[in-house]
Amino acid sequence: MITFESVSKRFPDGTTAVDDLSLEVPEGEVAVFVGPSGCGKTTTLRMVNRMIEPTDGTITVDGQDAMKIDPPELRRRIGYVIQQIGLFPHRTIAENIATVPQLIDWDKKRTNERVDELIEVVGLPDEVRDRYPHQLSGGQQQRVGVARALAVDPPIMLMDEPFGAVDPIVRSRLQDEFLRLQRDVKKTIVFVTHDIDEAIKMGDRIAIMSEGGHLQQYASPEEILAHPATDFVASFLGAERGLKRLALIPVSKVSAVEGPVVGPDDDGARARAVARDNGSDWVVIVKDRKLLGWAHVADIDGSGRVGDIEAKPFSAEIYKEDSLRAALNAMVTSLTGVAARIGDDSAYEGLLTQELLARELQDSDPGPGTMTGAEVNEEAERV
Amino acid sequence: MEFLADLFEWFSDPINWSGTEGIPARLWEHIQYSLIATFIGALIALPLALVLGHTGRGGLLAINLTNTGRAIPSLGIIILVYIAAGLNLLPVYAALVALAIPPIVTNTYVGIRSVDRGVRESAEGMGLTGFQVLKDVEIPVAMPLIMAGIRTSAVQVVATATLAAYIGFGGLGRFLIDGLATFDLAQMTGGAVLVAVLSLAVEVAFGALQNALVSEGVTPRKRTATIRAKLGSTTA
Repeated sequence: MITFESVSKRFPDGTTAVDDLSLEVPEGEVAVFVGPSGCGKTTTLRMVNRMIEPTDGTITVDGQDAMKIDPPELRRRIGYVIQQIGLFPHRTIAENIATVPQLIDWDKKRTNERVDELIEVVGLPDEVRDRYPHQLSGGQQQRVGVARALAVDPPIMLMDEPFGAVDPIVRSRLQDEFLRLQRDVKKTIVFVTHDIDEAIKMGDRIAIMSEGGHLQQYASPEEILAHPATDFVASFLGAERGLKRLALIPVSKVSAVEGPVVGPDDDGARARAVARDNGSDWVVIVKDRKLLGWAHVADIDGSGRVGDIEAKPFSAEIYKEDSLRAALNAMVTSLTGVAARIGDDSAYEGLLTQELLARELQDSDPGPGTMTGAEVNEEAERV
Repeated sequence: MEFLADLFEWFSDPINWSGTEGIPARLWEHIQYSLIATFIGALIALPLALVLGHTGRGGLLAINLTNTGRAIPSLGIIILVYIAAGLNLLPVYAALVALAIPPIVTNTYVGIRSVDRGVRESAEGMGLTGFQVLKDVEIPVAMPLIMAGIRTSAVQVVATATLAAYIGFGGLGRFLIDGLATFDLAQMTGGAVLVAVLSLAVEVAFGALQNALVSEGVTPRKRTATIRAKLGSTTA
């Protein structure tokens, strides 16, 4: 656990980097510090391991006052990952990972075993062991950076834009892998980024800071998106706040409507009646709880069977662990304007409509700043 | 052609290869002057430049100050110190050390300063002490430049150590001075050839030393080789 108590940092030239910051990073959680440049997020991170010393206030690391621990001693207990990675160019990957174990005098055998383990944990091939950093790609180097920080299994990690130097595809993969890793290792992490989407994705909690080192809000991503505490937070979250919230809500939280369901053996007249009752001009075709597709009623003969015509597939099928954002994407790319929800046993569970999404946003956020159904539609068109 | 024959004769005359005034003795004197001067120069320049580079303070001042040593002609220093200290080897060493210091200070300072900021910061952030950062990170990473500085000094010192003969001491300069005094062109040229060969030998020796001391990870030559190999494999 890391605690900031009225922490301030003023530089000799009079600028205030961090202003009276108080917050707590609970054990095993990722706290993301996000904000524009000059908001003091990196300064805050660097005060935890005394790379920068606070002017006022107390930082407590696992119950101990950081200022009372010798800096090298403190830093060896805290994993440190930075954007520039900073691998030692003259040392092999194995030697790089072994940096802190060597500093605290682990024996050779234990160090070697740990190095092998970490190379596997961060998803690198064995043969990188004896390579030099310049022989690796940027993404691979960043994995080594993470492995090196994890070497002595420190309970706390500081990560300053750790995935900032790699391309978006690699970044997204590293983020996913890191989240998977974090589920196992449960480190207490201070993570700094300027990218709000990365903050929402990585953070258990997000601290939004503004210029001059003011903490604007510190809460879970869901809470921040639903209830921005200040205008600054709202504008920092941007115009797509509703969409970002949808990305955090799983499909399983929203009920589905049955929809105009017919079987392949029903006739055209029945299909027309079902469609009319639902106010649509199409029907969903389901057989033995399995989704076959959909069809326009105009294409079905009055006396013919529904099964006689070919059912059109839905553009996307949505599963309960998908986000509402994925559901919305399926809706706007579909001619029917809805998304079909599929259950664990691959059975048809019903339809998700834009109205259902809008209602979900309303229910969980009765306060101001909520999008109306019309706004959801506008947003949807822009996707 | 006659001149080349004279030169060949000078080199093949057994008298020139024996005694306290023979080629081996003069060569050994020359090597001694050069080694001692380069060593003292490095002893002064390295700690200074390493500390300045590590702290990042006062480096330009030190570079400019030591470079004035390069601006004063070595012969001038020899004569000045000779007047002050009398006839001993001190004037020679003063001049050679003054010559040896600037390249080592400049290269070492620049080498340490140009260690990537991220590398230095991650080293500190992992808990290396200031001394460990210098010893385990900055020096090994800057080693190619540091070695290049010492090499430049050594070669310059070898070439300039001929001046020892000017105030009556030994070294290969003897052949130049004595040859000039007696209009013995063969002896003079022979001395010049020996100095040139010794300089080349120093270059080669330092090249080998550098290969032994510099990590594969920071050797520019090997790095380009790897890049070439990578390019080759992608275009193939």
